[in-house]
Amino acid sequence: MFKILNAEFIAPGIKRFVIQAPRIARKHKPGQFVILRVYEEGERIPLTIEKSDPPHGTINIVVQSVGKTTHLLNSLKTGDSIRDVVGPLGKPSEIENFGTVVVMGGGVGTAMAYPTAAALKCAGNRVISIVGARCKELIILEHEMREVSDELLITTDDGTYADKGFVTDKLRQLIENGTRIDLVLAVGPIPMMRAVADMTREKHIRTIVSLNPIMIDGTGMCGGCRVLVDGKSEFACVDGPEFDAHRINFAVLVQRNAMYRTAEEKSMEDFQRERDSLLAKVHAEQEAECALQGDPR
Amino acid sequence: MSPTASRSPNPIPIKQRMKVPRQLMPEQPPLLRACNFKEVNLGYSEELARHEAQRCLECAKPTCIDTCPVGVKVKEFVQLIVAGEFMAAAAKIREDNVLPAITGRVCPQEDHCEGGCLMGKKVQPVGIGYLERFVADYEQQHMDRSTIRRAEPTGKKVAIVGSGPSGLTAAGDLVQKGHEVHVFEALHELGGVLVYGIPEFRLPKQIIREQIDYMRAMGVNFETNVVIGRTVTINELMNEEGFDVVFIGTGAGLPVFMGIPGEHLNGVYSANEFLTRINLMHAYEFPKFDEPMLDFRGKNVAVIGGGNTALDAIRSALRLGAGKAYVLYRRSEAEMPARIEEVKHAKQEGIEFHMLTAPIEFLSDGNGWLNAARCIRMQLGEPDASGRRRPVPIEGSEFNLTLSVAVIAIGTSANPLIQSTTPGLATNKRNYIEADPVTQRTSRQGVFAGGDIVTGSATVILAMGAGRRAAKSIHEYLTTNLW
Repeated sequence: MFKILNAEFIAPGIKRFVIQAPRIARKHKPGQFVILRVYEEGERIPLTIEKSDPPHGTINIVVQSVGKTTHLLNSLKTGDSIRDVVGPLGKPSEIENFGTVVVMGGGVGTAMAYPTAAALKCAGNRVISIVGARCKELIILEHEMREVSDELLITTDDGTYADKGFVTDKLRQLIENGTRIDLVLAVGPIPMMRAVADMTREKHIRTIVSLNPIMIDGTGMCGGCRVLVDGKSEFACVDGPEFDAHRINFAVLVQRNAMYRTAEEKSMEDFQRERDSLLAKVHAEQEAECALQGDPR
Repeated sequence: MSPTASRSPNPIPIKQRMKVPRQLMPEQPPLLRACNFKEVNLGYSEELARHEAQRCLECAKPTCIDTCPVGVKVKEFVQLIVAGEFMAAAAKIREDNVLPAITGRVCPQEDHCEGGCLMGKKVQPVGIGYLERFVADYEQQHMDRSTIRRAEPTGKKVAIVGSGPSGLTAAGDLVQKGHEVHVFEALHELGGVLVYGIPEFRLPKQIIREQIDYMRAMGVNFETNVVIGRTVTINELMNEEGFDVVFIGTGAGLPVFMGIPGEHLNGVYSANEFLTRINLMHAYEFPKFDEPMLDFRGKNVAVIGGGNTALDAIRSALRLGAGKAYVLYRRSEAEMPARIEEVKHAKQEGIEFHMLTAPIEFLSDGNGWLNAARCIRMQLGEPDASGRRRPVPIEGSEFNLTLSVAVIAIGTSANPLIQSTTPGLATNKRNYIEADPVTQRTSRQGVFAGGDIVTGSATVILAMGAGRRAAKSIHEYLTTNLW
């Protein structure tokens, strides 16, 4: 059991968790992720670590409610526990002084891009960050991103905040203005990462994306997270999660991520109907486990 | 090796024993069990067990023991069954094997104890595996865990990496010597391949839990959700967490794909993923459990490969409602590495075996989903390095097999996680960890390794044998401090 020391919504449907996980906190490097399982009957899902605090033995994750597991997770509160958290998994981001780096975060992807942006800034890069979301309320980590960026550009799809448009519009402007860009890091929805890759490919700008395919064990054992890189299978959990965007077959990624759509929809329908009883079950499981460990809640 | 008379209470004269047929294992009827995940074999009754045990010829030089990778004293425990001393029989097995309920179910006995049984030269060998299972299950039902004695602590700390068969065996042997044993497991559940690889109908999860609970009672500590190499490194275990010794028993790990076109299509799985979804994540109980599985009820499923993993996968597919369930194997049935009993069970259940057949391409339905496999027929040529006759494609024999799901079960390769994070740990050309075949010592002082991460894909009992040898040499190292 991994205790949730703090849980709060930072945007509608997006929650930040501070989780007690000393072993993971100690080893975490930007770009790495954890796999968690909320309760005994739950599935295992990968989530990027937003931040770690080794002295306090905590890690932060930022979760957007999408399917059953993330909705259930976001129903948990401070003081609750998560059944299993394992990590840090995946290769850390490549951090060195590249020169000028453009860090792009789409939606909740900003939380994943943030630790790498901070590390790139520390390494002496000029960091230009582009953060975008559908609307004003969904722009997250603006303050944090500003702190680690030399320049922060913000877009909203509907224009309710900052500039109307997509993050790729800003990237195009930077390129058109002749800004020297040595590296682009893009984290967000697949269509966004794909659009970024298409835009930088012709300009020969090295581009890194962080992929989030379906995973189970996260140690390279199952091969479920395989992605086509230059036509060959690589595993996102051990060879990634970050890859050279220009070598990724995004169509196959989209297709594989849709593999269980029917089952996922059923799970979500069931969840909406049985949310309260499921939460009660999760809480009962936590209490039983705490009693077993002699930890009075 | 001549059978000798003894003062056994066996009512059947030795000369008559060859005439007694091997007692059949009661099992679920094939058509019924093909629709559920409950255990196929139901186990011997006390009466059946004693009957079967009475068939033992009590050889003066029993070869059933020499052929057992962990050296179970087969003749002695079988004679204790004859005498009706079932708990004593269990204790006798436990002297050499800490997981009897598991090996009694999944060991390829024909290659080991039963293969060595003298009776097998003329008639059916004694059902040693069935007897081991009987004794282990009897012990589970009748034992009082509070009577498990703990050894005097030695003050030495041993880390075991991986809770699969080699790790559990080493842990069990070492804790009995009084060492403080900590087992680290990457997944959320203990048991390694026993849990994620072997399905419920062959090895119920409850059995594994009971065996692990027994080890807890013996004093073994377990920690799940720790990936050695990522969460903690071997160096950190030894330098910062105070472990005197580390045993690496992580298993082989990475699935091998075929490298043919179309492997990325939806519906193409590695056996590791297919079985992990079903076994570890309980996808067969969706939606009670959240992990999904494709709905292939009434559709065609094929597994590629001829080992136990392949049969576990295809029999699982059948239980999930596959219309047609095929085994595609590039050699002939004689070369199949699977246990004889599994092949028999699979055939009874209606699995279709296509021998001398291999896919050369997976074909799409146009929307990214598997639709068919392009296959080619093989014939057997000269023996290859493995001693088995090499399959050679027959030109012009290509054909399409309509499929919704294909499971690739052609083996595994070494997971590099520990090798790449442990300086000075020698590996071979294929990146498996180098370990002495007798002492299981690696190139790093205090670090031992065994099981699939050393040998490549093998069996539960061979991994247990390695765990046993490692425990013996770890104990020697800890008591002498000599490397």
